[in-house]
Amino acid sequence: MSTASTGKSLAFTAGDGYHDDPPLVAGNLSFHEVTDLVALHTEKKTPMAWYGAFSIANIGLMILLLSVAYLFWNGVGVWGLNNPVGWGYAIVNFVFWVGIGHAGTLISAILYLFRQKWRTAINRSAEAMTIFAVICALLFPTIHVGRVWAIYWSLPIPNQMEMWPQFKSPLLWDVFAVSVYFTVSLVFWYVGLVPDLATLRDRTPLTKKLRQKVLGFFALGWNGANRHWRNYEKAYLLLAALATPLVLSVHSVVSFDFAVSIIPGWHTTIFPPYFVAGAIFSGFGMVMTLMVIARKVYHMENIITINHLEKMNIIILLTGTMVGFAYITEFFIAWYSGSPYEQYAFINRATGPYAWAYWTMMSCNLLFPQFFWFKKLRRNVAFMFVVSIFVNIGMWFERFVIVVTSLHRDYLPSAWDYYTPTAIDVLTLIGSFGLFFTLFLIFLRFLPMVALAEVKMVMPQSDPHFYEGHGDGHGAAHDLSAGKPESDRGKS
Amino acid sequence: MPQIFPKKANILPHISLIGALFGGVFTIFFVWYYFSPEYTDVGYEPEQPVPYSHRLHAGQLGIDCQYCHNWVEVADHSNVPPTQTCMNCHTQIRTESLKLLPVRESWATDAPIPWVKVHNLPDYANFTHTMHVNNGVGCETCHGRIDEMEVVRQVEPLSMGWCLECHRQPELYLRPNDQVTTMGYVQPADFVERNMERIRIEHIEPPTYCSGCHY
Repeated sequence: MSTASTGKSLAFTAGDGYHDDPPLVAGNLSFHEVTDLVALHTEKKTPMAWYGAFSIANIGLMILLLSVAYLFWNGVGVWGLNNPVGWGYAIVNFVFWVGIGHAGTLISAILYLFRQKWRTAINRSAEAMTIFAVICALLFPTIHVGRVWAIYWSLPIPNQMEMWPQFKSPLLWDVFAVSVYFTVSLVFWYVGLVPDLATLRDRTPLTKKLRQKVLGFFALGWNGANRHWRNYEKAYLLLAALATPLVLSVHSVVSFDFAVSIIPGWHTTIFPPYFVAGAIFSGFGMVMTLMVIARKVYHMENIITINHLEKMNIIILLTGTMVGFAYITEFFIAWYSGSPYEQYAFINRATGPYAWAYWTMMSCNLLFPQFFWFKKLRRNVAFMFVVSIFVNIGMWFERFVIVVTSLHRDYLPSAWDYYTPTAIDVLTLIGSFGLFFTLFLIFLRFLPMVALAEVKMVMPQSDPHFYEGHGDGHGAAHDLSAGKPESDRGKS
Repeated sequence: MPQIFPKKANILPHISLIGALFGGVFTIFFVWYYFSPEYTDVGYEPEQPVPYSHRLHAGQLGIDCQYCHNWVEVADHSNVPPTQTCMNCHTQIRTESLKLLPVRESWATDAPIPWVKVHNLPDYANFTHTMHVNNGVGCETCHGRIDEMEVVRQVEPLSMGWCLECHRQPELYLRPNDQVTTMGYVQPADFVERNMERIRIEHIEPPTYCSGCHY
């Protein structure tokens, strides 16, 4: 990865060579200090705070298990579904979680192909978040089929009924899109983990046999040989190339669940790009929420610097504005189509019984990210945390608006109704957060939360010419402080 | 640093890869074959309360199926005959037979004989005898050579896939209506053309959509 020539090596500290960009890893850390900083959290005694957080997450998980068990026992009647709103919280939550799952692969695959080096600080935890979010997402369509024991009918498996999935249905495309996405994300994440697991393995004291064996097993005999690195980087590049189209395709396919139907408010060609933009938006919102907490709790401010957060805020601003543009385009097209049903669907969204949900969505998704036009605000950690929470809320409401408001006024006015979720609906949603945070806390405790090998590759010391050429203007070792923020200059 | 794993651990990745592949294929095959009615249900031959022989009555004596199972042409459900049907003959024939004791008891006490049903379908699958019998599906197509069975036994899986094989290609199975109860019927050489013609004229369109049978 770091085959950069001498001229390019300056890019690590000086961006394109013309602008004075701050370094990606602050605090003038050495390789060893970076390893220590990250690996320590998997090695030390489990802190009480972790147990506290884990207990709360586990309560959520129990709520999920109980509400799902109650659902299985009684059937989907325990949810607020009825005619005409046949899709409620389950589908809203599915699209919400699968959308969140998009940031990880975008950060790790697309930004990797575009050589965005700042991704290295957050890609590991973003990918973990992706996998856990997709697990939560897969849960909802599974339980909403009602007869969950027949869920294998959605897979093309030979069976005595000679039944085959309906390949014309977007719901089936969903099964394939999301399960492929899950598999590729998991493999991608694991391949990236291998060198770091080997690092942890090698740091394990000989007395801890079990830890050594488990880490050794998953590190696949990695010993840092040149051949290992070459194969690894090739595999990583190929997986990134494979995962890149998936980032775009998965949420496009999810949007087909709606767009392929003929319900006004769903039957829209803008859905695929609009859903993808929304997915990346919500994903970055969730990454931001998690990272702001994690970097504070785990003292990662030098690796996940304020510059990283600012770059993520710019993506949130960009995608939020794209989503807002899509909302407005939908209104324009409704007017331009001349179809009274289409027009009614959208006017009803903004002024009908669910106007409160619509305006929640509008303000959270379109309005709040606009504050990131101001550099001061997008570098303010507390402020960005608040906005990221609003983004999470707003994107959940976007799916609520799409699913519920489109259905509650269907073609038959006598069937019109107001959908209200039941307690089980709400508890299942809360429980899915419990599942998500349980998995994420396990990840934080047992795996390196930052891609060590990759962060080291973007540090100035990784340049082969770093330690040579004093005074000839090629090396950078003599002038590490050049790239540091003004306040730090001259200290080293 | 000493080695964590012995050298023979190198074979583990190969084994797990091959194991996962074959394990997956094996699991699917296992469920597909051993969980199917073809394996679990065929050959079901419960003991009946009366040692009634279909081989004797339907085979050697040649009594038509519909003499006893007389609803098949008009009802969804094909009936098991009441004791009265047995007694039509057995008030005259073999009136002292020990084997017929339960029948005479039933006749005397008005308590029906507790015959055990052999051909069971799930509650969520609806089967209509009248539709099948009147459109040329022979008794033996589903029930087998009853005339050769001492005690009735299930010979076909009665699974959904098995139903669909005929529903998708009825021309391979149909016979003229006057041959429906024939046992050991042999199709003539041109039976596919004959059936295609009949299907066209009579619009025989067996459903292959879900609600055709699950309603």
